[in-house]
Amino acid sequence: MQKKEYTITVYTENQIGLLNRIAIIFSRRKINIESLNTSPTEVDSVHRFTIVINEIEDVVSKLCRQIEKQVEVLKAYYNTEEEIVWQELALYKVSTDAIAEKVKVERLLREYGARAVAIRKDYTVFETTGHREETDNLIKALEPYGLIEFVRSARVAIIKGSSDFHERLKEFEYKEPGEDAIENEFLDKKEEVFSM
Amino acid sequence: METLTLEKEKKTSTAPTQVSGGVAVLEAFIAEGVETIFGYPGGAIMPIYDALYDYKEKLQHILVRHEQGAIHAAQGYARVSGRTGVVFATSGPGATNLVTGLADAMIDSTPVVCITGQVFAHLLGTDAFQETDVINITTPVTKWNYQVTDATEIPAVLAKAFYIAGSGRPGPVLIDITKNAQLQLFEYSGYNKCDHIRSYRPKPIVRKEYIQEAAKLINEAERPFVIFGQGVILGKAEKEFKKFIEKAGIPAAWTIMGMSAIPTDHPLGVGMLGMHGNYGPNVLTNECDVLIAVGMRFDDRVTGRLDKYAKQAKVIHLDIDPSEIDKNVKATVGVWGDCKETLPLLTELIEQKVYPQWLKKFNEYKQKEVDKVIKEELDPSSDVLTMGEVIKLLNELTEGNAIIVTDVGQHQMVACRYAKYNQSKSNVTSGGLGTMGYALPAAIGAAYGDPSRTTVAIIGDGGFQMTVQELGTIMQFKPNVKIIILNNQFLGMVRQWQQLFHEKRYSFVDITSPDFVQVAKGYYIPGKTVCKREELRSSLKEMLDNHGSYLLEVMVGKENNVFPMVPQGRGVAECVLCKEEI
Repeated sequence: MQKKEYTITVYTENQIGLLNRIAIIFSRRKINIESLNTSPTEVDSVHRFTIVINEIEDVVSKLCRQIEKQVEVLKAYYNTEEEIVWQELALYKVSTDAIAEKVKVERLLREYGARAVAIRKDYTVFETTGHREETDNLIKALEPYGLIEFVRSARVAIIKGSSDFHERLKEFEYKEPGEDAIENEFLDKKEEVFSM
Repeated sequence: METLTLEKEKKTSTAPTQVSGGVAVLEAFIAEGVETIFGYPGGAIMPIYDALYDYKEKLQHILVRHEQGAIHAAQGYARVSGRTGVVFATSGPGATNLVTGLADAMIDSTPVVCITGQVFAHLLGTDAFQETDVINITTPVTKWNYQVTDATEIPAVLAKAFYIAGSGRPGPVLIDITKNAQLQLFEYSGYNKCDHIRSYRPKPIVRKEYIQEAAKLINEAERPFVIFGQGVILGKAEKEFKKFIEKAGIPAAWTIMGMSAIPTDHPLGVGMLGMHGNYGPNVLTNECDVLIAVGMRFDDRVTGRLDKYAKQAKVIHLDIDPSEIDKNVKATVGVWGDCKETLPLLTELIEQKVYPQWLKKFNEYKQKEVDKVIKEELDPSSDVLTMGEVIKLLNELTEGNAIIVTDVGQHQMVACRYAKYNQSKSNVTSGGLGTMGYALPAAIGAAYGDPSRTTVAIIGDGGFQMTVQELGTIMQFKPNVKIIILNNQFLGMVRQWQQLFHEKRYSFVDITSPDFVQVAKGYYIPGKTVCKREELRSSLKEMLDNHGSYLLEVMVGKENNVFPMVPQGRGVAECVLCKEEI
């Protein structure tokens, strides 16, 4: 089995120390986290982690079960790149003079869909969102014109196949949830699990 | 201080609305049915201990001699009573001394709630005296942990702590309470037990579909084999399990943690699995056609080399923890659920059967093991005493009714191989973590967990010296603990490996010991050393008949080895019976 990029989505309570509890599940197994984002969700007090790692599927699925085992974790999913829509946000600080002087820079920024978010006398900050390669390419393009600073956010991802997740999240509130909320992967994904 | 206590008393006796955080902790204990606390006071937990002063009638506190002793005692208590063990420790070193016990309880799924004191909330992160980041230190070794800085949180947090520790797959929980929260007075509106946390599902609602799948496999099997672990005991499903194997007629072997869930002489009980388990169950794991694993986690000491483990078999894995299913061994049918619920459902669907030919095979292997190993261990031909004969005599004298607590090493393996048990929750040992020094404090806890039974701690000369200070606890509080030291004057298990795998290069396994009987005497515990076979029975009897604790040191063969053995890195079928076979 080949290592692949997987995006792990974890729904959790908003609890101090939970970030550590989740992070050590990776570090204990000497697995590097490529990107990690955490933020509140649409459901009040539920938080969402988006974690990117490079691993084989067998390892990723076991990691997800270990994550889900944590008391304050509601649910953990893993997806390949094809199964998600994802974006990263990048900020570029460039000398304002360079942009003013060289038409090419302006064209470049337009080409990459960059948007100015701050314009000062001495520098301008541009923002783009996109995949890693896209934001990387703009760095390369801007470098000859004096890129002063660059920063990129962690990945945020939407799972393509998550139709009723919002409802399901709310079901966790109830003591006796509907069958959907207590998914049993040993049954629901029979084809995958019931094999030797 | 005096006036403070008086004022508190006045208030609790009239209208129990305003209480301190410390009192709230103790009220939670009482509501949860706690009777015994194992602990050690210190600066940052003093307000709780101050509150405890007024609860002396309701809560028994056992002052240990080291915090590690407290948590092992709580573990022993939990394992024997089936209830949650409770520990008090102070901040800093008090808390860090709990770490080994937490790790042990985590890997062996023992329900324990630890309360640690912490410096005042305003001092957190200032490197204050005895401040340590106990929450982060203990995160990997706790099922859940939480820091309380405001007393109003205490009732709900403790309710959650007991619920989490004892439900689902049990485990240790640590609650760190800052000193200000312990002192803080707040409006107390009573204690409500917790029975639901939205992000925590201790067990699923059992679905019948996979029970049917499992039953089908069992009914079609020709050589089915059941292996079971502590899940049967933790799930309080001994009866359900017995009914299941008896209807199915399937031979069953236990892991070290599952031992005593069924009586050791049950006709379908074929012995212990694992590196030093019985020959038949190990070898025949690779000959069965359906392997039914109940409440066990396929530890490497049980499976040996995984790519040579039960490859021919269809595997049914019953476990309450879904992360265990498919973790080490891929299950053909995973039955996620509490075995107390899933086993009866399964029993209903299976046919009543017997497998005389298959059972015969186990007997053949057993005979081979008796001839090559067991006979010499239990009835030695030389004058040198063996560990096995001590256990054999102990079985005869206690009639299999004792709680046996073992430490870690050769004596542990021998005790678990030969000890007889008639009832569940009788074998207390550090299975997963292999914590030397576990037995003495765990035996103290076990004695409190079920005072009606005899508790015998079997310990090696190495392990005994790791927590020997707990003799002080026995001296002061007088739990009835019979201590047997099986002294081979070596760190025996490491020595055995050095002999077998490191060309007999005995590197630092030669351990000298004090005069254990004199040490015990210093703690006013009677004792004696036995070197001769003639004295063994009478000495064991003297120990068991003694009113109160007793220490019996038995000098056993220095270089005896434990066999059979599945050498590391080999498959279970490559189990060897003597060193020549390695």
